[in-house]
Amino acid sequence: MTKTPIITAKNLSVGYDDFLLMKNISFEINKGDIFIIMGGSGCGKSSLLKVMTGLVPAKGGHVYIEGKNFTNATVSEQNEIMKKCGILYQSGALFSSMTLAENIALPLQQYTHYSAQTIRELVSLKLALVGLKGFEDFYPAEISGGMKKRAGLARALALDPEIVYFDEPSAGLDPVSSKLLDDLILDINQSLGTTIVIVTHELSSIFAIGNNSIFLDGATKSIGARGNPKDLLKNPPSEVVKQFLTRGESK
Amino acid sequence: MSLSYHITDKTLSLTVSGDYIDYDNEAEKSALNEALSHKLSHITIDAQALKKWDSTLVVILFNIMQVANRKKIKVSLSHFPKGLERLLNLAMTVDRKPDKSAFIQQPVLERLGQWGIGVYTATGKGLSFIGQTFRSIGRLIMGKAIMRKVDFLFALQDCSWKAIPIVSLISFMVGLILAFVGAVQLKLFGAQIYVASLVTIAMTRIMGAIMIGIIMAGRTGASYAATIGTMQVNEEVDALKTMGIPTTDFLVLPRFLALVLTMPFLTMWADFMGMIGGGTVSILMLDIVPQEYIRYSVNAFGLDNFLVGIFHGLVFGCVIALCGCYYGVNCGRNADSVGVATTKAVVSAIVWMIVMTGLITLACEVIGV
Repeated sequence: MTKTPIITAKNLSVGYDDFLLMKNISFEINKGDIFIIMGGSGCGKSSLLKVMTGLVPAKGGHVYIEGKNFTNATVSEQNEIMKKCGILYQSGALFSSMTLAENIALPLQQYTHYSAQTIRELVSLKLALVGLKGFEDFYPAEISGGMKKRAGLARALALDPEIVYFDEPSAGLDPVSSKLLDDLILDINQSLGTTIVIVTHELSSIFAIGNNSIFLDGATKSIGARGNPKDLLKNPPSEVVKQFLTRGESK
Repeated sequence: MSLSYHITDKTLSLTVSGDYIDYDNEAEKSALNEALSHKLSHITIDAQALKKWDSTLVVILFNIMQVANRKKIKVSLSHFPKGLERLLNLAMTVDRKPDKSAFIQQPVLERLGQWGIGVYTATGKGLSFIGQTFRSIGRLIMGKAIMRKVDFLFALQDCSWKAIPIVSLISFMVGLILAFVGAVQLKLFGAQIYVASLVTIAMTRIMGAIMIGIIMAGRTGASYAATIGTMQVNEEVDALKTMGIPTTDFLVLPRFLALVLTMPFLTMWADFMGMIGGGTVSILMLDIVPQEYIRYSVNAFGLDNFLVGIFHGLVFGCVIALCGCYYGVNCGRNADSVGVATTKAVVSAIVWMIVMTGLITLACEVIGV
């Protein structure tokens, strides 16, 4: 079966001011993939994600989402493309002054013309999907870190996106909560066919859920490896990749 | 403990023996440094007789290794305890070389140019933010702004009756001080009754608005910068942007409108409380009867002064809200940045209030108010 690319990065350069993190990198993310962007701390993973979601302008090159040039698009065109995307931030990024229900309802109110009742039902469904049924009226401060991430995921899923980006989903979670979140990501990918893009350096998550990946090499400012993480572990293309995937234990 | 060495045929042979705890022999260290300055091709360090050691030995060996590294001298370690060798290797491992360009001292002209570009960029950013805010107001009038009523009502509550106690206290005290200072001078001419006029004119024309401006810059402006800045740190602002919700609509508009709407009323209240403060001094200390104080206050009260004061309040409301929200939205992504944003919001709000006061006073002079 041939896979269709849903996101394509061509000669993309990422950086801030005069400092370049990645130079001329190109990769494709196929529809339905769980795509991992991995690499050491400070190599530019999160910055790449910010460029891919339009939060930071690219230093060069282009990102295409479903064939549309996202980097060259106007703000309103980017907003239109981003309707197909959900994002789960490292901290969950829930609005602290709103209840979980209000957080999830926000994109629905913004982009749909559903009645208040339908929105309430959709919010309950999304919360149930992430295992937070009955938490509608809770404020973010009243729930745990793992629950915040789940609620953030519910908000990211509010508009039934085709792509969901995750920025370090396991950060700050205990191993059990981290495993539960991994299972949830797998469930969403398999049941909804959603393309998942995950920025992480959590090896257990990388091997548990990733089926395609790129390894960002901070030293060369380029992609150090690409492919299924399990295959990369079996046949690492370089010592840097081997060290990363084995936690430096093969030294 | 001893650090013995000899040089034969460009080879420095160093032997460390005994205990190296709190080793601090400057004479031996400088002798060793002198030996290292010779032309060498090889350094051998033997630690067979080494017993106990701490960081004072590691630092000597680390310095030798660094010199050897710099001069490309081969180093051979023999009989080293595992821990010591590992520690040295760890210290000598270079993960990533610092970007030297960041530390290069730039010429004065280049720095001046960069400062100019910085000022130009900041001015552009500030004007663009003001423009975006007024565009949001336009969208609100057209019914297209994405502003939650509840956010507006919370902001309104925060800068209206919740601010009343501190506004009342400060304005009362300012009225009291004005009356007291004025009375000391006016008493010399037996004209203490004019304290009422002094307090009324001063409070309604400018003092009421200025005091409210300073209180609200410290209280509400700082709160706006800190709240939005924390949202920036927690990636909530990123979440809004990627959802396609304009941050000015959602975060700035409710706060801006709340403060602009309440400031004229707070100014009126401050004027009133200042007059009460002045009255308290007049009645209790200057033996002026309340009826007389009220009569002179009413006579001194001018609608033009009052309206100028209210206009000041309105302008200060805009300035404080814009400064607070601007520094919040442009806050960095760490806890320190929130503090910096808050400080900048308050300081710049006060500076801009003074600038605006000057401009309004000048405009009033020109139009004869």
